[in-house]
Amino acid sequence: MAHHRDRKHWLDEPRNVSKILWALYTACGLLLAIDLFYHRHTDFAFESFFGFYGLYGFGACVALVLIAKELRKVLSRPEDYYGEAPDDR
Amino acid sequence: MIGELPPPLIFFLGALVGAFLRGRLLSVWVILVPLVGLANLLALPHGLHWQGRILDLPLVFGRIDDLSFLFALLFHIAAGIGGLFAFTVNDRVQHISALLYAGAAIGAVLAGDLVTLFIFWEVMAVASAFLIWARRTERANRAGLRYILVQVSSGLLLLAGTLVLLRETGTTRFDQIGLGSLGGTLVFFAFGIKCAWPFLHSWLVDAYPESTPSGTVFLSAFTTKVAVYALARGFAGTEPLIYIGTAMAVFPIFYAVIENDLRRVLAYSLINQIGFMVVGIGIGSALALNGAVSHAFNDVLFKGLLFMTMGAVLERTGRINGSELGGLYKSMPITTVLCIVGAASISAFPLFSGFVSKSMVMAAAAQEGYTSVFLLLLFASAGVFHHAGIKIPYFAFFAHDSGIRTREAPISMLLAMGAAAAICVFNGSYPWVLYSLLPWPVDYAPYTWTHVITQTQLLFWSALAFALLMKTGLYPPELRLINLDVDWLYRHLGPAVGRRVAALVATAWRRTEKSLYAQAMSLISGVYRHHGPQGVLARTWPTGSTVLWVAVLLTGFLLLYLFR
Repeated sequence: MAHHRDRKHWLDEPRNVSKILWALYTACGLLLAIDLFYHRHTDFAFESFFGFYGLYGFGACVALVLIAKELRKVLSRPEDYYGEAPDDR
Repeated sequence: MIGELPPPLIFFLGALVGAFLRGRLLSVWVILVPLVGLANLLALPHGLHWQGRILDLPLVFGRIDDLSFLFALLFHIAAGIGGLFAFTVNDRVQHISALLYAGAAIGAVLAGDLVTLFIFWEVMAVASAFLIWARRTERANRAGLRYILVQVSSGLLLLAGTLVLLRETGTTRFDQIGLGSLGGTLVFFAFGIKCAWPFLHSWLVDAYPESTPSGTVFLSAFTTKVAVYALARGFAGTEPLIYIGTAMAVFPIFYAVIENDLRRVLAYSLINQIGFMVVGIGIGSALALNGAVSHAFNDVLFKGLLFMTMGAVLERTGRINGSELGGLYKSMPITTVLCIVGAASISAFPLFSGFVSKSMVMAAAAQEGYTSVFLLLLFASAGVFHHAGIKIPYFAFFAHDSGIRTREAPISMLLAMGAAAAICVFNGSYPWVLYSLLPWPVDYAPYTWTHVITQTQLLFWSALAFALLMKTGLYPPELRLINLDVDWLYRHLGPAVGRRVAALVATAWRRTEKSLYAQAMSLISGVYRHHGPQGVLARTWPTGSTVLWVAVLLTGFLLLYLFR
């Protein structure tokens, strides 16, 4: 593996990663702000609450990950649990 | 010739000829066959073709209408792209079984009666199992065996249901069936197994990730989509499907978050996407059914694309666990971009294919007033982005640099992935070609401000959640672990119970054996006591006792004579 010959990539720089994160934060802020300026045509009343879609998506993902983490405690087993060794391919 | 042949026959003949080809010639052949098939399909007029009889039952090998045409078209495209992806594979078993499998899937969607459907259903089961065995590892052997047992049981259930339906209704025609009868219910569950309903799903997540890099691409395209087609044909508007589909959309995403094998993550996400289709079929309105079948079309391409990118990673690095990958964008930049296109499509970003098809099912659920179903599907939509949209590209190509340096995928794989990605973007940006192929009238506009903005909000804030969970270290790390699923019942509990029973039987047998032995010993020693050298019956007896025995014998004769 030619590790030493690696050229430095843009993403290797932590500064650039935080640039991406700040772009994401800004985009999320702007997308939330849009809700102030337009009226949604929706089937359900709750859909037109301010920020509904953004906050629902955020809450859904946090809940998903935290519940999955708890599930792992119950469900996870070593790789050779079924007596089938993971083949080193 | 073209425009007259039964579409599955082209694939079966192709497989037959392919059995005598080898090397590059065979690789070209498996791309050529779907192309010839496609030309033939496009030239076929709608209607009923190639009807026959078996044991007085009518067989219809070619029922071509808008619904079956769409799936047949899709399967030809998938077979072609899959064949191109498998170009570098030097394994006749894989090429031949892929052709047979694709042909059987096409035969199944064109079947006009349940007996014909059953025949192709079983050919699919057998042909696809060879794609798993072709991995040639002990794990794949065992997974393939479990897989084919489940698939064949689904076929037997279908056959039983067909025969009961024949008694109940006097026909084996494959149209709307419904749940009104025992036969209908049996067929319903036969479809349910292939569709990977909750509790009937573990064959999929068990076996698909054990197949070869290109085998999984074929597997992900056909079996479950044939089941979706069959449900849309036979059980449209069957309400339980709404709840079954919702469960399918929701539960796999939890597994997908904690699963380490990235192709198994995609297998769970496959169930999640089929969930949306099943909900659409259950709702049964024109909008919902259009949503279900158009999403099936898009799903084959973007899920195929994602499986191809992970197949390319497996091919190049020999690894597929999230815990061992990372930083591959440096060596495989084109694959990375194509993976992101697949991820954007499955996550339903505007301009990508999921956006124009999944939303039809959501809109139909909202229109029909299924509030909780709608909210759960919205939860599942955010979850899809989270596990398939972000997790797959992130852990394979970014995350921490695993130090793996490899080469970009072979050109044939890049072309196959590129073709799938192009269709994803085309269908997403210009959905009207796909919409014009849909079986029911389309009255739906995907690109409204409300839809674009709400979907973008949902996705960006989901991405924000991922970023923050990662930054705070709350996100569960990828670990070299497996997770128990329903297959635990037959992979662990079943064998464990079996061993217990065997142990009990063995103990009981040992005890019986012991007591039998003791009895036999006492019998032998009794005989020995009487007949042995010292035994009563071995002595020489005096005459008196001989007279007594003669008298006994004569009395016996007399009695026998009298009472005969």
